[in-house]
Amino acid sequence: MAHETPIGRARGLGSAHHGTHHWLLQRFTAIGNLVAVLFLVISFLLLDDYGYASFARWVASPLPALALSLLVISVFWHARLGLQVLVEDYVNTAGNRFALNAILNIAAFAGAGFALISIARIVFAGAA
Amino acid sequence: MAGRPLSPHLQIWKWGPHMLTSILHRVSGDGLALVGLPVLLWWLGALASGPEAYETFALAASSPIGYIVLIGLTWAFFNHLASGLRHFVLDIGAGYELDTNKTWAIGTTVIGVVLTIGFWLVVLAKQGVL
Repeated sequence: MAHETPIGRARGLGSAHHGTHHWLLQRFTAIGNLVAVLFLVISFLLLDDYGYASFARWVASPLPALALSLLVISVFWHARLGLQVLVEDYVNTAGNRFALNAILNIAAFAGAGFALISIARIVFAGAA
Repeated sequence: MAGRPLSPHLQIWKWGPHMLTSILHRVSGDGLALVGLPVLLWWLGALASGPEAYETFALAASSPIGYIVLIGLTWAFFNHLASGLRHFVLDIGAGYELDTNKTWAIGTTVIGVVLTIGFWLVVLAKQGVL
């Protein structure tokens, strides 16, 4: 023990075996979510009705289109980090954990990609 | 398990509201990720696909199960928001005094429910349901 500091001994003992980076990203994306989802929630309260026409018009306008795109990136990133914690806490087999985190990565990128393409399509349809 | 001392938390504990807040933070967060994001994708995908696809989404969303899911997701968001802000306070090392901790554990849980009710009162009033 003489050559080991307390932090050196504690490092890597969490269930992820590393973590400061993950922890900080979780906080950074949480701040993004706070702003972006509150924008969405307040917009829902301000919109006249929830039909196709008013939503399509709303999403197609520049500021909501930007806000929704940033929301998608921040929220999918945050969700991916959060679900990783769920996997690390409840899945004990290393192989299963690796497989689930791999699926999680693909699902997060695929979901965010689909959402961004959908927003782009609504925007360009609105401009046409 | 790692060969280090573990606290005997599974045998010796007394119930407190912070436990409820903690597990609800996880449940609401993972619920938003696993249910909320697919609903968001369906909504955006339907809007991108045109009025007919959106009609299918709107029909499902305004069914009884649709309302249960949407109200549940709204609660999950406001709950996760409130207990998430509590996490930020705890992160800077504040709010660990027993009384303060208990107050805000209960407070954030109540705030989540109140904001959900408030949001839906406005939404339902807009639609002429209320």
